[in-house]
Amino acid sequence: MLTCFIATKGGATLDQFLQQIVNGVSLGSIYALVALGYTMVYGIIKLINFAHGDVYMVGAYVGFAVTTYLGLGFIPALIISMVTCAVLGMSIEKIAYKPLRNSTRIAVLITAIGVSLLLEYTMMYFVGPEVRSYPKLLSPKVFKFGNIIINMQQIYIVLTTIVLMIILQYVVNKTKVGKAMRAVSADKDAAQLMGIKVDNTISFTFAIGSALAGAGGVLVGIYYNSIDPLMGMMPGLKAFVAAVFGGIGSIPGAMIGGLSIGMLETLVSGYGNSMYRDAAVFAFLILILILKPSGLLGKNTKEKV
Amino acid sequence: MKVLNKRNILTLIIIVAIYALVQVLITTKVISSFYEITIATICINIILAVSLNLVTGFTGQFSLGHAGFMSIGAYAGALVNMSMKSTTGFLIGIILGAIVAAIVGIIIGIPTLRLKGDYLAIATLGMAEIIRVVFLNMEITNGAAGLNGIPRFTNWLWLYVFTVLTLILISNFVKSSQGRACISIREDEIAAESMGINTTRYKVMAFALGAFFAGIAGALYSSYFYFINPTMFGFQKSIDILVIVVFGGLGSMTGSVIAAVLLAVITTLLQSLSSLRMIIYALLLIVIMLFRPQGLLGTKEITDMFKFGKKYERVE
Repeated sequence: MLTCFIATKGGATLDQFLQQIVNGVSLGSIYALVALGYTMVYGIIKLINFAHGDVYMVGAYVGFAVTTYLGLGFIPALIISMVTCAVLGMSIEKIAYKPLRNSTRIAVLITAIGVSLLLEYTMMYFVGPEVRSYPKLLSPKVFKFGNIIINMQQIYIVLTTIVLMIILQYVVNKTKVGKAMRAVSADKDAAQLMGIKVDNTISFTFAIGSALAGAGGVLVGIYYNSIDPLMGMMPGLKAFVAAVFGGIGSIPGAMIGGLSIGMLETLVSGYGNSMYRDAAVFAFLILILILKPSGLLGKNTKEKV
Repeated sequence: MKVLNKRNILTLIIIVAIYALVQVLITTKVISSFYEITIATICINIILAVSLNLVTGFTGQFSLGHAGFMSIGAYAGALVNMSMKSTTGFLIGIILGAIVAAIVGIIIGIPTLRLKGDYLAIATLGMAEIIRVVFLNMEITNGAAGLNGIPRFTNWLWLYVFTVLTLILISNFVKSSQGRACISIREDEIAAESMGINTTRYKVMAFALGAFFAGIAGALYSSYFYFINPTMFGFQKSIDILVIVVFGGLGSMTGSVIAAVLLAVITTLLQSLSSLRMIIYALLLIVIMLFRPQGLLGTKEITDMFKFGKKYERVE
């Protein structure tokens, strides 16, 4: 009887573990989408774009607006939100970052923080600081595999992320613009000498990154069911941690990083204390930075004199 | 050089005069209690900004976690102060808070200061978040509710004394050989290293010193505002301090002082526009950075413009 008891208990813990992994993958996919924007922008102009988390917040609100007031479905909401965020990202770059291209990194960083505050509080001014509940866009259907529960939202989140990442990989590796992006991030001056329009390429990078953040915003709205104007801060920082973990500047790295951070978070909440969730992510970051500062897939750069 | 030269005596007179002037204005109620809060904020922000300037402006180590050290000072000061409700307790709290913050600064600084630039910024940010989460979960700090009913011993005298002490100590540090070593690290770390400067040692020294003064500011803060909780010392607070430093000019102490005063005045003036306040603040930040990315004073000091007594060469 005792062995029987242990067996069922063992089964339950395994189920619980797998359930946490499922939750972690869906949360991690969202982080991965946001992390991609960070890593692409950092790769190209070496800027921690603090406003990126807030672009994601704007994406969530656009999704909320078109579904609630226009009654659109999931796919149109996702596309409209991505387009709006792409335009927003490009305008932020043109207005706030482009004039500072030749000044110190810290000045650009402070500007990014300024843009972040501006987006947060402008949004708060117009929609109010209260938390809103997201409309139910997907059927509440739940799939059961043994004791593991996977709901429709999680399937949609993972599928959307996979599709977007395949498109991104295609754009970056197979198209001319993608080639230009890679060239600019490798050496801006050389790229310019080769006739690549650096400014346009940077704008395009911001557009793609912001569109992915917008998609992430809609997905997180669906997943957590609630949005508020300050929702972008913490996930933004965590997505940045994900980008650093995967190796900043590396697109596959951002995907792996996002999934790892998502899983770490759900495992800490599931097994330990959910209050320590954020601390665990940052402790992990510090550990990574000390052990392998270039991240999992990042390139080691030699110090030049 | 004699200690009692013309320059030092003049500085002393100015320091005492400013103290007396504000004290008179407070006693005669020209400065109402509402504006007294602004003065307290200015003094605390000056200490925070100048200490962060030592790390970020003079040593060139970009830290986004200054609020973490402030919170250590605030909690240590508050806990001592609540068990010893006297001026002695208040002073012990401040010193203890500063020392604990400095020790944590050393412990965190040794591994993280090997990192450079943005990576260091993110590591310090992470460390401040960890400190916040620890305070959020500790029994003695009363978790998310925070500490309430901290006795108020911070007044204009103590605020002023600690602000002036911070300014004098940090400006003397910067002019000392250790301070010069720190500046050389900012200018070119590899060159400094090849000249035989132990860069890690000086970076950790600057970091610990910065943490020490941030601890003092935190203890003053908790004793002035009666109440602290972990949310007060989040990422936003670190950003606020960094904004003062960058606005005043990285590597300019007087710049930090002017920026702290200006930003506090702007915030007080914008208080009536509550909902638009942060929008205007953010716009101001962007506009300042677009038109004056080096900050108000750059790396210069305001005293460079009026040189008293003997001329001296400043190392830029």
